[in-house]
Parts: sequence; C-alpha cells; structure tokens
Amino acid sequence: MTSITARWLERDRRTLRVNIASVGDRVYGIVTTICALVIPALVVAIAVAIFAAAWPAIARLGLSIVTSSDWDVPGGHFGAAPALYGTLVSSVVALIIATPLAIGVAIFLSEFSPTWLRQPVGFLVDLLAAIPSVVYGLWGIFVLTPLLREHVMPFLRDTLHLGATPFFTGPAYGPSMLAAGLILAIMALPYISAVSREVLLAVPRSQREAALALAATRWEMIRDAVIPYARSGIIGGIMLGLGRALGETMAVMMLIGNSPKISASLFAPGYTMASLIANEFSEATNDLHLSALMAVGAALFLITLIVNAVARWLVWSVSRDRAK
Amino acid sequence: MRALKAAALMLLAVACAKESANNSQTASSTASTTSGSVDLTGAGATFPYPLYSRWFSEYAREAGVKINYQSIGSGGGIRQLSEGTVDFGASDSPMSDDEMAKAKGGPIIHIPTVLGAVVITYNIPGASAPLTLTGKAIADIFSGKITKWNDARITSLNPGVTLPATDILVVHRSDGSGTTYIFTDYLSRAVPAWNSTVGKGKEVKWPVGLGAKGNEAVAGQVKQTPGAIGYVELAYAKQNNLPTAAIQNKAGKAIVPSVSAVTAAAAGAAKTLPANTDYRISIVDAPGADSYPISSFTWILVYQNQGDAVKGKKVVDFLNWALTKGEADAAALDYAPLPSEMASKVKEKIAAVRLAQ
Repeated sequence: MTSITARWLERDRRTLRVNIASVGDRVYGIVTTICALVIPALVVAIAVAIFAAAWPAIARLGLSIVTSSDWDVPGGHFGAAPALYGTLVSSVVALIIATPLAIGVAIFLSEFSPTWLRQPVGFLVDLLAAIPSVVYGLWGIFVLTPLLREHVMPFLRDTLHLGATPFFTGPAYGPSMLAAGLILAIMALPYISAVSREVLLAVPRSQREAALALAATRWEMIRDAVIPYARSGIIGGIMLGLGRALGETMAVMMLIGNSPKISASLFAPGYTMASLIANEFSEATNDLHLSALMAVGAALFLITLIVNAVARWLVWSVSRDRAK
Repeated sequence: MRALKAAALMLLAVACAKESANNSQTASSTASTTSGSVDLTGAGATFPYPLYSRWFSEYAREAGVKINYQSIGSGGGIRQLSEGTVDFGASDSPMSDDEMAKAKGGPIIHIPTVLGAVVITYNIPGASAPLTLTGKAIADIFSGKITKWNDARITSLNPGVTLPATDILVVHRSDGSGTTYIFTDYLSRAVPAWNSTVGKGKEVKWPVGLGAKGNEAVAGQVKQTPGAIGYVELAYAKQNNLPTAAIQNKAGKAIVPSVSAVTAAAAGAAKTLPANTDYRISIVDAPGADSYPISSFTWILVYQNQGDAVKGKKVVDFLNWALTKGEADAAALDYAPLPSEMASKVKEKIAAVRLAQ
C-alpha cells in the first residue's frame, strides 16, 4: 500500500509545483491521521462506556455473572454462564460446518472452476453476506426448523443412532443449538470463502507450476503447494467468520429457543449473550438487571477481543513458520 | 482481488443503506419531537400502542393537540418519565415503590386506560373441542409437572375431549414483557406454590420450554409444533383466530376469553377497591361469575405536580378525553374498556394533578 502511495506522490511532485504539493501533503497527512485515530478512540470510548455501566453489577456479583448458571430476574440472580456457553458452542458448531464448505468453495473457484463460472458463483456466495440477519431468521423459522424437526433430527438421532451420544438426544422441537449453529454457518460461510478464494487466487503461478513440474497431481499441487502458501490468509478468514458468528443476534434469537440452560445435546434449546441482551434490555427497569446485562455485553466484548487477538497471533505464527 | 473489492463495496453499500435508514428515522423522530407542531410527548408500553395511536390521531383532529408517542416498552417508558424527558409514560405493569421513589419529578399518578388479557393457545392434533384449564393445571404444565396431554389432571377438566398421549412443549416469551408479567402474576395468585418457585415478573426463570420473542413468535412456534402450548395477548389471539383455552375463574366457572369477560373482571375487582386506591392494583383471578381471570390494566403514568402549566393542562384534558370518548374505540381493536363506573372514578384521580401557578 505504502509503495503505491509513494509512487503517486512521486508523480505528483513531478507534475505539480513543489510548494503546493507539500501543503497538500501536510493536509492529507493530518486528515488521514485524524481518520486513523478516530477508530481506536471509538473502540476505547465504547469499552469505557460499557464497563462503566457494567461496574455496579460486576462489583456486586463479581465473577458469578459468567460462572453461575442461575439467571433469575425476579430473584435477583444474574448468572449468564448458559449464554456464554451457548455463544461459544453455537459459533463452534457454525465453524465446524462452514469451514470445510467455504474452503471447498474457495478451492473450486480458484483451481477447478471454468473462468466463466467463477464470477457468478463467487458473486452468489458473496451475496450471502448481504442478506439481513432477520431474513435468515425468518427463513430459519419457516424452512429450517420444520425441516430439522421432521427430518434431520429424527434421522440423526434414530437412523444414524447418534442418539447414543450425548450430543443428539432428546425431543426434536426445531429451535435448538443445532438450528442456531446451522444458520450461523450459512452466515459465516461467505466471509470465510471470500477471503480464502482471494488468497488462493493470489498464490503465484510459479508455485503451482513448480509443483506440477515435480510430477505432482492436481490434488497434491493444491495440498502441498497452494494451501500451505495461503494458510495464514485462510485462518484469518475463518476468524473473521467466527467474529461474525459470535456477535450475531437477531437470527440466533429467532432460532435458538432462548432457554438459559446448559445442555450437551444440540437438540436442546440454548441461549447466547447477544440474544440475552436483545431480549431483556428494553423492559429492564431494575438497576442491577440493567447493569448485569451491560456486564454480559462487556464479557461479549472481551471474548470478541480475545478471538481477534488469537486470530492475529495465529496468522502471525503461521506466516513466521513459513518464512523460516 | 477485484471480486473481493466488489464484495466489500457491496457490504459497504448495504451497511450504508441501513445506516442512512436508521439516521433518517431518528432524524425524523427528533424533528417531530422538537418542532413546534407537537404538543406532548409520551413513551412506553407497546401493548396498547395500536389503540393509543388511534386515540392520538383522533384527539389531534378533535382538539388540535398533537401527541408523539414512542412505543419503546414499559421499562423504557418508566425510565424516560423518571428522567423527565417525556410528558407521560405508559406501562403494562405498575411502578414499584422503589421506582416511584427514584422519579425526579415527584409523586406519580397511575391512570388505568384499558385492560388487556392473556390467553392460553395450544396445538393439539385431534383435539375435538376447546380446552378448559384451571390455574393449577396451567401452573403444573408451565413448571413441567404435567408433561403429557393425556395427564389425568388435564383430562379430568375436559370430559368428552380426546387428548393424545404426546409430549407437551411449553412456549414462553423470551423478551421482557408485560404479557409475561400478567401471566405469572395470575399464576402466583392462583397457585401459591408458583410464587415460591418461579415468581412473577416481566421475565422469569422458566423451568421448562422454549423462549420466543414477541406474541407473533410464540404463536408461530405453537402453530408449527404439534403438542405445543403458549400464552399470548387476547388481542393478538383474536386477530389471528388462534385456538384459546377457557379458564376456570374464582367462581369456578370456565370462561372463554373475550373483551366483555375482561371488562367484567375489572368490574369484579373494582367492588373491593378502597376509595383512596392509587390503581396500582392487580386484577388477576378477579371475583365475579363472568370474570376472565388473566387480565390486567395498562396504565398511563403522569407526575402529580406538573411544572409546566400549559403542558400539564393538555395532559389532563387528553386523559379526560381518553377515559370518556377514547374508551368507545377500545373494543373495536380488541382492548377491553374500563367498566363505566370505574372510568368516572379514575377521572377523579386525574383531578388530583396539580398545575404550577
């Protein structure tokens, strides 16, 4: 990026009078610096506001906000462990489903697809990201949950005998952790696949040719030459998808069954932190309740920060390994 | 790279479109609150909003007073009134003593406007006739003690109705709601054990079932799932022709929910009211042979001492109009009007509002 800017500036210097250019440079520099500073300032301001509002609950309830699973508003107990659990589990389920699919799409588009197909399919996948989440929620209510209840869940539980494991047991109602994980998978998929596709396409041609020259099959070429080269970018894409899944509110709220209980079965209803806040905030009058919801928000904020930090670290460590 | 840019641009465009839609919405609402044409502002309950918005438009035509109301939920209404940012609040549950004490503008008067009711809706394949339930049976179902439709505690109430041996799925509200408050208030009144286990509130800790946001999601889930049972507002159930259960009232009579049965509940409860009541009362499980037991007032909240005499007078005039002419609109929108003798008593309460000199 910097080299492009530098080149532009060089051209400018040659064509414009030097003094005007230097004033322009300075103004440009100041404007971009301000732009760059606004974003971190905004993040800090949001964090300060959330933690300040959450403080009364944190001071009074301490860690039990995230460790207790007793969320009982009239009783004055605020333990959001089931929501924390639901947030993590639904996101992990989403990634487990979305990642292979998204990488498969990306590999197809970059390696196998005829050129005329690449654009339209890529566009359709990207389009998934532009659909509002409430539309996903509606689709989930009218199409996905009846399908799960009548076909998928009985099939998994009884036909495949997965009911013997703790993950696919219990009655099939439709709204469930599984439904939420599936919808999140569809929503996270375009992020992962768009990023993966671009990094795969950016792998130099010479890398591929070298592998083929060593008598690698097409699959071996992709596995040994292309994917390792693109690994850090793909991981970045997965983390982007995870960020999307962790924060999603509306579609999840419509499909997860909103029941603050921890259950190993994916057929059971669950709860997420984002949907807990969205459900209860508008009618919360009690100060401790409001503050506890803010504390849940603060915890979600922290989780998102941690996920992003881990993603950075992963990308960094993978690219460092490759550099060696 | 170009495709990624295109995708990013597309996302950006969508985000911007959303953003600008939000902006224009807030811009227009702030414009209308601050412009000279609006005389009063209110905020609060969503449940009576369809009726209130009709009232406001009729009142604007008749009296030339424009009222801007934001249906942001009872909690928000109470908060905004306490902060003094609106001229009146509206709530589906009465303010607690604690909340009243925190209000910045002094004592608050509760003006009941109309009544709402909560009905039990269900989806039982093959059930031949409408279901009848008691408070005890409802509490047992919603606390997970009754899990099958053909449980003796249900079948004994419904002789002649064939009930299947299938599981019951309880559907409750997940969002904080006056509907949940009324429903749990009824259960804790009718069944003492409920009070010590679940209790009452706008959101409670449900022992069983699925949570859905809003009346429409509860109704949708019940409609979709064979064996499901849930609770929704009377008006919503009537407009969508949902099957509703008759509920046995205090007098032992099974009452099918209707606007007139709800008004009857208010009349039954009114008989036992002390003369100086502040109307922060619950009328669930009301006495009277025709009373539907899961009903409640919805209130408009105003400060007793109005600092701005001009606005204060407009509020008082509007409230008097609402309790006289406004009540006549209620039934057409499936809200139960106050019994007429009660409406005139409430007007005496409105007279207690003091305007600054």
